Formats: sequence, C-alpha cells, structure tokens
Amino acid sequence: MKSSRLVFSRSMLVLGLVFLYVPILSMIVFSFNYSRLVTVWDAARSPTLRWYGELLHNGQILGAAWLSLRVAFISATCAVVLGTLAGMALARFGPFRGRTLLAGMTAAPLVMPEVITGLSLLLLFVALEHLIGWPHGAGPVTITLAHITFCMAYVTVVVQSRLTGFDESLEEAAMDLGARPLTVFLRVTLPLILPAIASGWLLSFTLSWDDLVITQFVAGPGSSTLPMVIFSKVRLGVTPDVNALATIMVLVVAIGIVASTVWMRRREQRRERDLQLAAASNQ
Amino acid sequence: MNSPQPVAGPPPAAAHDPSAYVRVVHLTKRFGDFTAVDDVSLDIRRGEIFCLLGGSGSGKTTLLRMLAGFEKPTSGSIWIDGVDMSTIPPYERPVNMMFQSYALFPHMSVEKNVAFGLEQEGRGREEIRRQVAEILEIVRMGGLGARKPHQLSGGQRQRVALARALVKRPKLLLLDEPLAALDRKLREHTQFELLNIQQRLGVTFIVVTHDQEEAMTLGTRLGVMNHGRIVQIGTPSDIYESPATRFVADFIGSVNLFEGRVRGAGAGAGPLQIECDDLGCTVRAGQAPRALVNGTVWTAIRPEKINISREAPQESGGQNAVAGTVREIAYMGDVSIYLVQIDSGRTLRVTLPNTERGGERPIAREERVWLSWHDSSPVVLSE
Repeated sequence: MKSSRLVFSRSMLVLGLVFLYVPILSMIVFSFNYSRLVTVWDAARSPTLRWYGELLHNGQILGAAWLSLRVAFISATCAVVLGTLAGMALARFGPFRGRTLLAGMTAAPLVMPEVITGLSLLLLFVALEHLIGWPHGAGPVTITLAHITFCMAYVTVVVQSRLTGFDESLEEAAMDLGARPLTVFLRVTLPLILPAIASGWLLSFTLSWDDLVITQFVAGPGSSTLPMVIFSKVRLGVTPDVNALATIMVLVVAIGIVASTVWMRRREQRRERDLQLAAASNQ
Repeated sequence: MNSPQPVAGPPPAAAHDPSAYVRVVHLTKRFGDFTAVDDVSLDIRRGEIFCLLGGSGSGKTTLLRMLAGFEKPTSGSIWIDGVDMSTIPPYERPVNMMFQSYALFPHMSVEKNVAFGLEQEGRGREEIRRQVAEILEIVRMGGLGARKPHQLSGGQRQRVALARALVKRPKLLLLDEPLAALDRKLREHTQFELLNIQQRLGVTFIVVTHDQEEAMTLGTRLGVMNHGRIVQIGTPSDIYESPATRFVADFIGSVNLFEGRVRGAGAGAGPLQIECDDLGCTVRAGQAPRALVNGTVWTAIRPEKINISREAPQESGGQNAVAGTVREIAYMGDVSIYLVQIDSGRTLRVTLPNTERGGERPIAREERVWLSWHDSSPVVLSE
C-alpha cells in the first residue's frame, strides 16, 4: 500500500519534470545541430557551434539584444524609483485623499489585458506628440516609457507588501532619536526594504526583457527589441540560430538562479549560527 | 536638542502643581468615533517615575505616543519643561522612548544602534564612541557592541533599547511596557536595575504598563486609566489602601466587594455602619467619607486584611464578623489563599502568610471558620 503510493508520487514527479524540461532540453540539443532544418539531426557534422558563431555576426539580433538590454535596465531602474515612492505612499501615509484612486491606478497594469495597456499607451503617445511635440515618433523612448508604466505596478506591490510587513516602530524610534524624515528614510526604511527593491528591480528587468505585446504597440520602425526579432523570425520558420540565442539566455538565467540559491543557503547557515549564539548568551 | 522658546506661559489651570515638569492639560484623542484618551490632565514632577496603569484599550499607550509626538492630540495640550509641544515634531522633543518591541534597527550593530541618536546631533566621532561605550557599560552590555540585534537574547535586547534611549541623556524617558517581553525571573531583576539607573541618571520616567506588580514596584506615583480617563492618581500605597473607585480596587490586587447601604445618616462621631445583605453582617468602617447619606455604597476588603479563626471573635456584636466554610485552599509558599463560602452564599478570598513552619494544626478544607476584620480595613466606595 505504502510503496504503491510512493511509486505513484515518484512517477508523477518524473512526469512533471519531463513536462517542464524536455522542451528546453530539446531546444538546447538542437542548437548544436549543424543542419539548417530544425527538425532534422545531422549526425555527421553535429554537435557544432556553427549557429553560435553565426549569431555573433548577426547584426540584427545583436542590435535588438543591445536595445532590449538598455530598455530593460533603464525601465527597471525608473520603475523601482517610482514604484518605491508609490509603495511608500500607499503603506505609510494613512488614508489620504485619493488613496483608493492611486491604489487602483498602480494596480491597473497588473489586471488589464496587455493588448489594452499597449493600445492605450499608443494612443497616449500619439496624442502627446500632437499636443506638445514629444515623444518624437515611436522608438526606444516610447518603449521605455511603456515598460516603466507596467513594471512600476509590480514594484509598487512588492515594496508595499514589504513595508506593511515591517514594524513601523522602527521608523518611529529613529524619529524619536532625532532623525528627520529624510534621514529616517535613508538610514532605516531604505536599508530594510532593499531586498524588496532589489527583487522589484529584477522582476521589472525580466518583465521588460521579454515583453512582446505592449512593445509591439509602441515600437517604431527600426526599433525592434529582442522578443520582437525572435517572434518575427519564428514566423518565417524556426531557424537554428534562434535556438542558439535561446540557449544562451537559458544559461544566463540558470547561472543567476544557482548563484542566488548558494547565496541564500550561506545566509541561512549564518543566521542559524547567530541564533545559537544568542541562545548561548542567554544563560 | 534645540529647545524652542515658550510661545506663551503655561496655562493657568488652577489645580496644577507649579513644579510640574510634564503637564498634560485636558488632553483628548479620538480615532473616528472611538475616544482613546478622554480629557486627561496630569502633572508629572521632575525625577519621578510615573506609571500609567490600565488594561488594554484604556488609552495609556495612546497617551504615551502623544507625549512622544507620534499622535496628534484632538484637543488639549502637552507642556514639557514649560514649552508647548503641540507644534513640535517627535525629532525635536526633549524626550526619548523605549518601545515595547524595543524597535532595535536590525541592520545595525548594537554600537550603531546606540550611536544613532548621537549622530543625529552631529557630535564628533570620538565623543560618540566614548558616550556609547559609557552607556553600554551602565546597562552592562560592554563587550557586545559588535553584535547585531538578532544575535542577542531578550534581556540583552531590552538593555540595548534602554541604552539607546538613554544615551542622549533625555530629561524625560517614556517606557512602553518595558518588561513585558522578559520572563519572570529576569523581569524582577531588571526592575531593580531600571530603578538603579533612573536614580543614577536622574531621568524622569513615564512607564506604561498593564502589570500592576510592575507598576507598584517601579512607580513613585501611579495613574490608573480606564476607558481613556485617569481614574485615580496616587502613590502605590494610596492606590492600594485607598482606592477611589470599585474599578481601581478590583484592578489593583484582589478585593472582596460587597454592596451595602449606609445606616442612618452616618450621624455624629464614631464609625460608619453599613448594612451589606450579601455579606450577612454589618460592616463598621473607621475611616469613611461622611457624605454618603443613605445611598448605595460598596465596601471593599483586601484578602490579607481578614482574619480566620475557629472560634467566634469576641465583642463583635454581629459586626465585622461572619461565619463560613472553607471551600478551597491554595498553598502559594509564602502565603495561602483561602476561599471561604459565607452563609449568604458568597465566597470571600482570604490570604494568610505562612509564618510558621509546620506549626499548629492548620485550617483544613470544609472546616467551619469565622472571618473578622478591623474597623480600619474596609474601604467604602460610592462609585
């Protein structure tokens, strides 16, 4: 009885892992395939780094990757600043006038279909250009502005929940000890919400990096981000260099995850040591 | 600490003590419909330990937070050392607070925590280091300065919080349930340590607590709060021996309360006589206000002021003595608590010190006994 249940749960685990990872693995394997045809394995000349080499000479993909990187970096940074301010206002300023409106507006991009967000941003940019002559047509600027808009919503949520979770008396204590509000924020609040801000930044960076739908509304000619390039290439039939590109991205993400796991484990071990120390000094 | 000039002299409230250091005048705080603090007036003298005692929701913490500046009064004012505090933000008040949760900055070491207040004053680095070391020595935390708060035990955290609040040498220290997070043994020890430090540094303490024992040992004066109002202010013995209301009598220590009526108009001299139907005897009270004419009153008798004997007390004349049966005995070591059911059906609580070791035959359960007390023991309360 017990062993049959064990067999069942084991096989479900294996099935789940297969379901999750086989597509990625097959993509990685085929990125080393020599053949131009994606589905045909050229056993004679594989594995090869042919497509990785071609990637390096593909100006379109490199340009798009560089644009995506810049857009993701700038919008994540701006979104973190704005989102932190909004989170602070929602978590700390009490029931001020217009609080519900602000909460609703910051949460809107989370629940709104991307198509609608993209369309409304496009209309806004067109109207703005008509009225004040800025932004000049669609391009990297409009893409960045659009990404800031929806990334900010995520940062606000993360920062706000972190702020509501922590003891407000820490800020009061700082104020009580003579710190002005700005000092309180810089020396007490900010260091304590830094993990939330960092994860908000990473989240924003990833969201911006792979956003396709909204970007397509607000991007102009000649300003294609990486997801747009991949998408358009795939529409013309999958080519092996896309596999190579995707493999590189998977590798980067995997390294990031492993590094953060190791770092977390180290921290956990240090914390346990500290707790033992505290218990020992209790005597 | 910049001390702003007085805007106007303190208000000329009649009942105020001119030597008061902290003066709370008709202070009220409402949160929506709820009145947390209701028209409180208080005078606190320089150098005393004033304990605000009350149950949860009695408004004591709100009052403390208004003194620190974290809450704005709905009406009324607070004066500290002759300066009106209404427009002064928390970071400019000559007041420091020790929080119930201690509120130590988790990302700073013990030294950094303590130095934080001094850094805000822009003191020199050398001076800060010297003062931090000095105060850590006073609270016996020298040598642990490099630790982070989560590397400390509860008692150590409490001492760091105290050091951090004291290092700026405030004239007034507010303590919110300073000992609540400590276990019993540590609490007793820390109480005396707090008293010691307070006397050494000459700081005025305002302590908020729900623990009456803590209030009695720490406080030079207590203010008992209930439903946002101060019910009684006095020394610990005033409050224990002469409570002003039934609430105070019941809240501080335990008490046997009986409803009764004053016999006659309490005419002439001699002790007041009160008929208590519940008690089944007449209570003679030596010291009682004379103004209670024929109205309903309550007599309160502390458990330790009642005697137990096997024989009927002489010359009682049916007054200040009642018979009953011992129902329950709780041996506490230093004292024993007897629950005695008297013939009217009510149960009285009596405590007797265990002065002898295995002496005479002790009173046992279900034994018939007589309870009696002295004329000076009952407190007569009209509300």
